[in-house]
Amino acid sequence: MIEFSLRHQWPGGPALAIDFVAEAGATALFGPSGAGKSSVVGVMAGLLSAHAARVVVDGTVLTDTARRIHVPTERRRLGLVFQDARLFPHMSVRSNLTYGLKRAQGGGIGFDDVVELLGVAGLLDRQPHTLSGGEKQRVAIGRALLAQPRLLLMDEPLASLDAARKAEILPYLVRLKHALALPIVYVTHALDEVLAIADTLVLLEHGQVRAVGSLAEMTARGDVPLAGRDDAGAVLEARVAEHHQARQLSLLRAGPLALWVPLVAGALGTRLRVRIPAREIILATAAPVGISLHNILPMVVVEVTEDAARHTAMVELGSGEVRLLARITPDAVARLGLQPGRAVLALVKSMSVDVLK
Amino acid sequence: MALSLGVAARSVAVGLPVAIALAWVLARCRFPGRAALDALVHLPMVLPPVVVGWLLLLLLGVRGPMGAWLHEWFGVRLVFTTQGAAIACAIMSLPLMVRAVRLSIEAIDPGLEEAARTLGAGRLDRFLTITLPLALPGVLSGAIVGYVASLGEFGAVITFAANIPGETQTLPLAIYSALQTPDGEATAAKLALVSILLAVLGLGVAEWIGRRARAALGHRA
Repeated sequence: MIEFSLRHQWPGGPALAIDFVAEAGATALFGPSGAGKSSVVGVMAGLLSAHAARVVVDGTVLTDTARRIHVPTERRRLGLVFQDARLFPHMSVRSNLTYGLKRAQGGGIGFDDVVELLGVAGLLDRQPHTLSGGEKQRVAIGRALLAQPRLLLMDEPLASLDAARKAEILPYLVRLKHALALPIVYVTHALDEVLAIADTLVLLEHGQVRAVGSLAEMTARGDVPLAGRDDAGAVLEARVAEHHQARQLSLLRAGPLALWVPLVAGALGTRLRVRIPAREIILATAAPVGISLHNILPMVVVEVTEDAARHTAMVELGSGEVRLLARITPDAVARLGLQPGRAVLALVKSMSVDVLK
Repeated sequence: MALSLGVAARSVAVGLPVAIALAWVLARCRFPGRAALDALVHLPMVLPPVVVGWLLLLLLGVRGPMGAWLHEWFGVRLVFTTQGAAIACAIMSLPLMVRAVRLSIEAIDPGLEEAARTLGAGRLDRFLTITLPLALPGVLSGAIVGYVASLGEFGAVITFAANIPGETQTLPLAIYSALQTPDGEATAAKLALVSILLAVLGLGVAEWIGRRARAALGHRA
């Protein structure tokens, strides 16, 4: 568990007041530039000192200005991955990888495992300047992991890569998250990275925490800045329940919901993350007939948030613990008489369900 | 000739570690008095060498504050000795060496040292494994420039260590003496040729090392 608290004022910047608690798994700090993300990383790593700050990782106090505690960066055991890989140019990939390993005491992250996990076996004897951007970043991640950190801190690790390179690394990050029981703090301003990696989402804005919660909860809320994006949409944790080869469909289950999607790879029981774009959901009070649609989901309206500026309404829907978010017109809200507690059917085309890696 | 090379080698051996330490402090540390230290390091470059030699004589002479102490406790006498000539050369070439090393330290991305820090490397560890190896081209070219400058040092040496053949008479001093003696022109010309060759050789080696180091780090040579 990570407890973080920061009060600081940079000259000419917004007053920072950022507090959050993150459970195990990956915590994404998401927000536009200038929101205070880099300050959080700097303070967490002990590279910046703030007017008031407190950083506790799994019960170990790393920074506490009130008690004058400041563990030096080199003794914090936080694996930091920078936007620029910062590989040591005078060392081979192998020497880069073992730099932190040689200086670490104990820890269970093995060299061979990391090399395998990040697919860098073929690069070990190369010099950093001969690597591509994506390869460099994989080596940098491996180097941080091998220092046996108690927390992996990633500061926009994919921001300097093009879309293709990014797509190449994201699956490695997801694998790594599942393979190592290591808390990850992931700073980014790219939503696709958040959707792929985050379990907990901390939304930052103007130096303040706008909202904190699980990824599923945050992406389904109609009252946070995420909902204002064109690509807003709830993320669900689902499992593969059935494959129908003949119909070329797979059935996914997320809590009480059953979702038909075009055939996906993966054995029965495989965990998948899916996202249902808010603008793709149709709401109905009666089930339509004679329609190509596969998914008619019984839901209850939880909350309706109108966005007058965009002439839209965000409707938060619930079924058990599962939440969906639908974007419809205020006119439709009025016609159907949608208000919290009202039962409604969510119509979702199987083609509209994004299966995230 | 051999004496000259020996004096210059000792000068670099003494001066280089000091130059590296000073260069690191000037490049990476921010503290009050930094500008004063910078000026002090550069002083031998702007003062007449004779003045530097005389100041050394005052400080390190057998009756000087440091010289007396060295003489009493260790029986070391620097004035009018080969060691003294080396010290005078070291002081004179220090600004050149500091400058070369400092430029190469300043060219290193501080982010690399930061990265080493997050990987558990303490200050000295970072200096030895990251900063120094990456500054190596500067250190080597500093050493070579310092060596060549030491070979040519005249004023500070003659003032502090005098012109004793076989002991403190370095190449430029020998040329000077040859010019003072009748029919010494031929000897002087030979010695001058040697010193020109040494200087050209030194600069060439410095350039070659710089190119190789840049190529090894993937920069365009």
